[in-house]
Amino acid sequence: MTKLNLKSLKRRKSLLAQADHQLEYLSNGIFKSGELPTFKAKIEKDGFLPLKPKKLEIFQINLGYMCNQVCSHCHVDAGPDRQEIMTRETMQHCLDVIKESGAHTLDLTGGAPEMNPNFRWFVEEASKVGIDDIIVRSNLTIIKANKKYAELPDFFKKHGIHVVSSLPHWTKGKTDKQRGEGVFNASIEALKDLNKVGYGMQDSGLKLDLVYNPSGAFMPGNQASLEKDFKKALKDDFDIHFNNLLAITNLPISRFLDYLIASENYEDYMYNLVEAYNPIAVQNVMCRNTLSVSWDGWLYDCDFNQMLCMKIETEKNHIKDFDLEALQKRNIRIHQHCYGCTAGAGSSCGGTTT
Amino acid sequence: MDNSYYNPKDLKKFGNITDFQKELGDKFFEYYTSVFKDGALTEREKALIALAVAHTEQCPYCIDAYTQDTLQRGVTREEMMEAVHVGAAIKSGAALVHSTMMMNKVKKLDG
Repeated sequence: MTKLNLKSLKRRKSLLAQADHQLEYLSNGIFKSGELPTFKAKIEKDGFLPLKPKKLEIFQINLGYMCNQVCSHCHVDAGPDRQEIMTRETMQHCLDVIKESGAHTLDLTGGAPEMNPNFRWFVEEASKVGIDDIIVRSNLTIIKANKKYAELPDFFKKHGIHVVSSLPHWTKGKTDKQRGEGVFNASIEALKDLNKVGYGMQDSGLKLDLVYNPSGAFMPGNQASLEKDFKKALKDDFDIHFNNLLAITNLPISRFLDYLIASENYEDYMYNLVEAYNPIAVQNVMCRNTLSVSWDGWLYDCDFNQMLCMKIETEKNHIKDFDLEALQKRNIRIHQHCYGCTAGAGSSCGGTTT
Repeated sequence: MDNSYYNPKDLKKFGNITDFQKELGDKFFEYYTSVFKDGALTEREKALIALAVAHTEQCPYCIDAYTQDTLQRGVTREEMMEAVHVGAAIKSGAALVHSTMMMNKVKKLDG
């Protein structure tokens, strides 16, 4: 059984639950005083402004903010109390657009996307569209949360889903600290279930990737070294197998921003991100080939901009009015949180970018 | 001079030591970078050794840097503390093993 350590910022009625308040915080202080350059000033100096999209390759669709977990660093501020859920009608709009867009990847996220009552219908329909790669970002514990989710590994297998799951560490202590008591054991059981049907196993063609994000106010280490350590520990301790480890930097928004401020790490963390700024990572930021769709159908440059309510800068910014041509001409919206994607080896929903 | 000998912000200025002597500074950083690369020991193992030595040297900059570095490498708190204990054991052992000199001298002078 997993135990929730926290409540969402929204439930706590925290000011940081409001996107405006987060953006204000990120605009002020060390950035307003000029102690650190704004992200805009930084990329302008390197000739990346305005930041323009490349070919659209990935649709990342957020099926809702409801989740069975309340992780301390969640950028979505997801939790059981969140009621925002995508309707079947909006899903249908997404399907219509995906067919025409030429995107090769559909990336389903949440919250726990499986908690959307139309999740299975959507996956079944999406798998008929001819997309190369359908990703489901599963938090793992959902598979063990309730009988109705126990068949998910078979369902994923049937539709050739690429499963991407968060596991912040190969030890119980570090994982439970970030994701809630009991999460590690439930995640291990879920990984065993996924392995059992072939996920992560050699030559099965069923891809299981793990996502690592740091448990505190520091950046991820080398992705390849971490993958090696994860693989060895999970194999030795639990006989668990997976394909790739994706190392993701925590962006300073939502619950992670709340944590940074409360633990008095905000300024140092921003200094570290700015110091680690890597122009090569700017070339490969995910917002240049990805489009994020919110539960209510609005379009965003990325899932982080979605959480900051920064809709794309085109007149037609809803999935119902999808206009690929206008979209390709847009300027991508940026703010200080973008430093998280350009630090070190770069960071994206697919791991490092350089 | 500031009011304190140690300022955490000075750690970020480490690279500036080349301002006053470029050739030797460059040589040091080249050597330093090579030492910490994967070799017969992994980068992770080297970072843990560095963390232990940082403590025995009682260097605040090094403790700051290698605590962060080992965290980034996924090193657990238990592993970090065990590494520090290895350093501490050598430090205390080094003190205690010298007591054989004291014992020798006592025996010579006082039978």
